[in-house]
Parts: sequence; C-alpha cells; structure tokens
Amino acid sequence: MSAQGQGMLRPDVSDKDHALGRADAPVTLVEYGDYQCPHCWRAHPVVTAVRALLGDKLRFVFRDFPLTQIHEHALHAAEATESVATNAGGDAFWAMHDTIYEHQQDSPIALDDSHLVKYAASCGADPEQVARDLANDTFEEDVRADFMSGVRSGVNGTPTFFINGVRFEGDWSNPKFFAAALLEGAAMVGAPRGSR
Amino acid sequence: MSEHPTLLRAGTSAPDFTLHSTPDQTVSLSEFRGKPVILAFYPADWSPVCGDQMALYNEILPEFHKYGAELLGVSVDGVWCHIAFAHARKLHFSLLADFEPKGGVARAYGAYRDTDGTSERALFVIDAEGVIRWSYCSPVGVNPGADGILDALESLQAEHSQASS
Repeated sequence: MSAQGQGMLRPDVSDKDHALGRADAPVTLVEYGDYQCPHCWRAHPVVTAVRALLGDKLRFVFRDFPLTQIHEHALHAAEATESVATNAGGDAFWAMHDTIYEHQQDSPIALDDSHLVKYAASCGADPEQVARDLANDTFEEDVRADFMSGVRSGVNGTPTFFINGVRFEGDWSNPKFFAAALLEGAAMVGAPRGSR
Repeated sequence: MSEHPTLLRAGTSAPDFTLHSTPDQTVSLSEFRGKPVILAFYPADWSPVCGDQMALYNEILPEFHKYGAELLGVSVDGVWCHIAFAHARKLHFSLLADFEPKGGVARAYGAYRDTDGTSERALFVIDAEGVIRWSYCSPVGVNPGADGILDALESLQAEHSQASS
C-alpha cells in the first residue's frame, strides 16, 4: 500500500506507453520493472504465460523503474529498449525487452553496453545508433519520467503491478492464479481509465 | 488504516535533536531551518530486500532536492554500522545514529517500538519553520514508498508560491 493508502496508477496508461494487446481489452496490466532486478527476471516468464492464458482479454504495459544506484546496468538497459523502440518500432521494443530478461542471468556483464548493443542488433535495430544513444543518454529523460510516474503511484520496489490502474498486492508467482486474480481484480475495479 | 497512537502529527513543532552522522560529526535539525526536511525513521540498516526504502529514497534524492528539501535517515544503529550500510548501498544522504540514549529521538517523535527496541518505519515532512506538516507510520514490514512525501512537498511549495505571489 502506498503512503496514502491509495495505490492508484498515475498517470493513466496512454499512447506514450509501450503496450501489448488491444487498447479496449477489459484487463490492463501495468508492470513497473527493472531490467537488472532478479525478481523482475522471475516475473518475466510468468507475465508471458499470463498473456498466453488471457489472450485478447489482456493489455500489458511495461514502465521502467530502474534502481540505478544498486543495479549498475539497469538505466542503460532501459535506455536501450527506448532507443530500439524509436529506431526500429514497437515489435522490436518487445523483442529487446524479452531478450534482455532472457540474458539477465548469463553473467555479471550480460547487460553491459556491448551486450545491449548486440541484443539490439538481434532485434533489428541499428547497433551503431543504439550505441550512440547509450553514450549520449538520449533516452535517460524518458526512463526517468517512467520512474517518477512509478514513485508518484506508490511503487516501492520491483516488480510492482497495477490492474486497471489499481495496485496489485497479491502473489504473482503462479501464472494460472495470477491470471485469475487479474480477471477478478479487473471485474472489481471496472474498465481501465484511459481506455476507449 | 487506524491512526498511530503516539506519532507526532501535522501542526506539531518538530522536536529539535543533535545526532551523530559520522564518528566526529553531528547534525542538528535546527541547522536546516529555512528549508523542508524529510525525516525517515526506519527500523534497521541491512534490510534484506532489493528495493528497500533507503535505496529507493537514494534514487529519488534529486527529486527531493528539486523541492529544496533535505533527507535524513534515522535508525538506532550506531555510526559505524551506518557508514558500512551507506557505503554498501552508495547512499548519498546522511544516516543519523539514534544510538545514545537509544531511540531517544524516535521516542520524542512518538515513533519508538518498545517491544523491538527499534524505531517505527515513520515519515515526517517538516517545513522551513520547523513545523511538522505531514507524518505517516507504515507497518514495519512495508516500504511506504515516496508518494506521500512528494505530495507533502508539493503542497508546501504550492503554499509558498501562493504566499509570495
């Protein structure tokens, strides 16, 4: 629960967000995540499984919440996904998102700049452009804006999930139970704000 | 959530204190008169979770500074413990040792847990005149995040700009 006991997402999901699924889906799941966080790494296959279980009923949105002081590669990993999105489009963004989590545990340098650039190339982005964007921190502001939206929404660690704008406090470790909780939560809350 | 029985509330003058931040340096609340202060009491250094409260505030520090606010962490741990903890987590703000008399400042703010011998996980936003403007006590196991602090700082700033316009 947030300090105010509200646990409400702010701002609402908009077309500035990276989203998978239909905008009019009855359930919108927002994750605040950190690409170097081991708990987020555990959550990644769970979310993938939940997406398969719920199909068109689910829209999934990912917002960056890097704890840069304890995870040295988290900021650049997030910036790299933004660079890939801008340079190669939304599908490439999600490919990059998946690729980073799939490699997170490979080694302590699995998310350093040289690896991020390689992953970006494998997702169809121009590696030189991504390398320049990382060197210039072109997307740092975007990542920071996501982070601050999380702070204002009461996010206190990662991963934190919101169902149709309301903080999810339960257990997400089992895809079937998580999917059921999402449907139930969405039914209680009603349609997501910011959806058509 | 029911109100905490002893926690000092908004409108109360913030009790002044002087505590060690390092073995040879002390910090007094009154030094910060003229700017908002965030006082974050927490039970103990070395919380075992990855996104712990002090790590989160460390990350948000630039945002607190935008409001001209100073952040002070307070626990009953001694200075050497604080130094090791701050170094390990790369903290960029002061941790104060409420160590002797143990928990004395936490008691003054109504935020001491006699049963555990630690402070509560309690937050105070104190204005430039030294008056508590917001306080909140979180369950010990729950990281309260920072949204309440930022809301309080925002309303202080709004008040300030109204008064000066």
